[in-house]
Amino acid sequence: MSRLLDISDLHVALPAESQRPYAVEGMNLHLDPNEILCVVGESGSGKSLTARAVMGLLPKPHVQISKGSVVFEGEDLAQASDERLREIRGSEISMIFQEPMTALNPVMTIGTQIDEVFRFHQRMSGKERRSRALKLLQDVQLPDPEQTLKAYPHELSGGQRQRAMIAMALALDPKILIADEPTTALDVTTQAQVLKLIKEMQAAHGTGVLFITHDFGVVADIADRVCVMQNGLVVETGTTEQVLGSPSHPYTQALIAAVPDLVPRPARPRSTEIVMRVKNLEKTYRSGGGLFGGKGRVVHAANDVSVDLARGETLGIVGESGSGKSTVARCIVRLNDAEAGQILLGDVDLRPLGRAAMRPHRSKIQMVFQDPFASLNPRTRIGKIIAQGPMMYGASAKEAKDRTLELLEIVGLDARAYERFPHEFSGGQRQRIGIARALALEPEILVADEPVSALDVSIQAQILTLLDEIRDRMNLSMIFITHDLRVAAQVCDRIAVMQRGKVIEVGPTSTMFANPTETYTRELLAAVPGKDWFSEKKIAAAKPG
Amino acid sequence: MRYVVKRLLQAIPIVLAIIILNFLLLQLAEGDAVDVLAGEAGSATPEYMAELRAKFGLDQPLPVQLAVYLKNVVFLDLGYSFRHEMPVSELIFDRLLATVLLMVATITLAVGFGVFLGLVAAMGLNTWRDTAISIFALITYATPLFWVGLMLIVVFSLNLGWFPTSGMENFAMFYEGWDRVKDIAHHLVLPTITLALFYLALYTRLMRASMLEQAGQDYVTTARAKGVTENRIMFVHVLRNALLPVVTMAGVQVGALIGGSVIVESVFAWPGLGMLAFEALFSRDLNLLLGIFFLSALLVVAVNLVVDIVYSSLDPRIEVD
Repeated sequence: MSRLLDISDLHVALPAESQRPYAVEGMNLHLDPNEILCVVGESGSGKSLTARAVMGLLPKPHVQISKGSVVFEGEDLAQASDERLREIRGSEISMIFQEPMTALNPVMTIGTQIDEVFRFHQRMSGKERRSRALKLLQDVQLPDPEQTLKAYPHELSGGQRQRAMIAMALALDPKILIADEPTTALDVTTQAQVLKLIKEMQAAHGTGVLFITHDFGVVADIADRVCVMQNGLVVETGTTEQVLGSPSHPYTQALIAAVPDLVPRPARPRSTEIVMRVKNLEKTYRSGGGLFGGKGRVVHAANDVSVDLARGETLGIVGESGSGKSTVARCIVRLNDAEAGQILLGDVDLRPLGRAAMRPHRSKIQMVFQDPFASLNPRTRIGKIIAQGPMMYGASAKEAKDRTLELLEIVGLDARAYERFPHEFSGGQRQRIGIARALALEPEILVADEPVSALDVSIQAQILTLLDEIRDRMNLSMIFITHDLRVAAQVCDRIAVMQRGKVIEVGPTSTMFANPTETYTRELLAAVPGKDWFSEKKIAAAKPG
Repeated sequence: MRYVVKRLLQAIPIVLAIIILNFLLLQLAEGDAVDVLAGEAGSATPEYMAELRAKFGLDQPLPVQLAVYLKNVVFLDLGYSFRHEMPVSELIFDRLLATVLLMVATITLAVGFGVFLGLVAAMGLNTWRDTAISIFALITYATPLFWVGLMLIVVFSLNLGWFPTSGMENFAMFYEGWDRVKDIAHHLVLPTITLALFYLALYTRLMRASMLEQAGQDYVTTARAKGVTENRIMFVHVLRNALLPVVTMAGVQVGALIGGSVIVESVFAWPGLGMLAFEALFSRDLNLLLGIFFLSALLVVAVNLVVDIVYSSLDPRIEVD
């Protein structure tokens, strides 16, 4: 069988001042018709630039193909003219992206954006283009295609936008579809649907799919073959079975070992001492309305939420975006004010406390934020970021510094970090700094809002271990917000599932994973990518034992 | 339509608040029209001054004066200018047309050319075109308005004799119809260029930055991945998004433009509101000054409404309802 795409000895050169000379180095890879090839790697591995190189979409002139060939049906795309590449893009090879909100032009209707694909590649009457666009939207199972054609991107949900993107990419029945992390920004149930859709469309059209992802669960679900990349080099290629079942390269082995699996860890005895009770918490957001009243939109972000937290336990709050899990966390830390209910820390109800009255209690509940890049002040030295808190609560400069140095050691950072600025650290290191900052005030409760979702999988595992260690060492209680059930399984003793502002199910992790009572919980569990693979992995692990 | 009515209703309390604030602010200035009149006459007795004050109603307590003024404004009576011995509304209306003409011409020129130059600069990033435009913008931004005005007069009026030095039209010629339009347009060129240069620089820089920012967005990559031509990407995808901040800025600056026009109107003896306000301030003609402020407030409110409507048609994410 002839190759659809044959990449040989591909070198993508980076600008001179970069950390390494090549983003992609000496890559050999091929794609056959009607197969799904997953390119897996952590951030900075060069997987996305590989995709861009095939499409001729590298950010020239800074980054360009310096050597090698990308042969598509006998034609070397590395040598092709810009005009020829433009012709190929969208018709022969098309692409879908990670973030469906920003990848669509916000001021153009979906209809116009799909229409462009036809207009710039084929001669067709307006009427024909419209009927083809309608047909496409039906194919990707968007509700009410007529209406969707006229809709702007912001009027659709994340999943719908990604479906529209897929429709656009498949408009001219391309031979290759390149998907760059197309489900990473989506909720887990939506992700499962979109993956299914991509697979169906691929099978129906016999398309070759180059699927870029960092998630081995996704790989296990859809890939025929897998290519693992590290620092611009391909370290391992093979069928999905080979690579996932018996990885040969140490890096692949380490990556797969770091993937959190869906098996909850053994239950620990729960302390009888309850440190915090949240009772009937209510929080609504209003939008719209104006000077003269008018009716705005009202969203119940937290609707009668009640949870308990025992000393030393980790309570997971899981749910999809918009379920209110972050709102609950922010209300508990008193970053947002809840309208009704109680937040009992010991015997004190924190909810109605004013600024001054809250002050003595602030230090007891601390938060770790999701985005380690945005949550540290870029102009402040690490030492100050961490020491500021204790000094506000009356520690002397000397005490605060000693404490900071001690904390840096606890979170596994060098003491030299004290004098440095946030941009000198990687994402994982920054999250360690964020944790040290939260710990500096010696809290009783640590609220972590998606602390690992911005991190690579191997770093993720390290941070989760660190959080676990710290919790035991300092006898902390932790509230852990996450959308990822696999992560929740690793760290949480108990889990509360939230949907549309309500806690619909609370229980110990193992019981909930084994016997979920609510339909929604079952749906969430069923949608976890690669769940079959996890169970195989567990069985495989159990055998030799 | 409902939106427009709603916005107009919302504007009423805003305009009233502006009137009251202006009224109180002007009371802070030392002296009144009578002081100035008396000062100019040179030999006014205290009795005569008291008589004048009683005639103008300036002897009433402040709240009463304010209430009387508000009542009059509601009935669209802006009072009487004792200085010019004319009703304020008549006086202002004459000058308003001149100012609006200058403003519209300036905004059109500044936004139009600013957008064009910004576009050219962004498309030829780091080429000589970009550098030339950036230098031009920097120079015009940094040069004081009155100096530009004077230099333009020196070069184009006095030395080259292409344009008239001042005024809005040549009264001595008694032009009618199209000849008059042409004459006014001829007079309009230099003041417009002077006033527009500063704003032109602003819009050029804003447009350039905005284009570059938008060109780096994901949707541009998507458009490329669809095989859309570069021209279409620039002129349709990027341009429309890049225009949004420029429109916002232009809306905000219309108000500032009325202030900025004082200098230009003085330099070119353009018979507009700015000049009038300037004179009114020095002769403590508070009625006239308040009238001008009132009208400016109305103008700004109206322009903001127009900008919001334009904005919502450019950006579907902004809903007017």
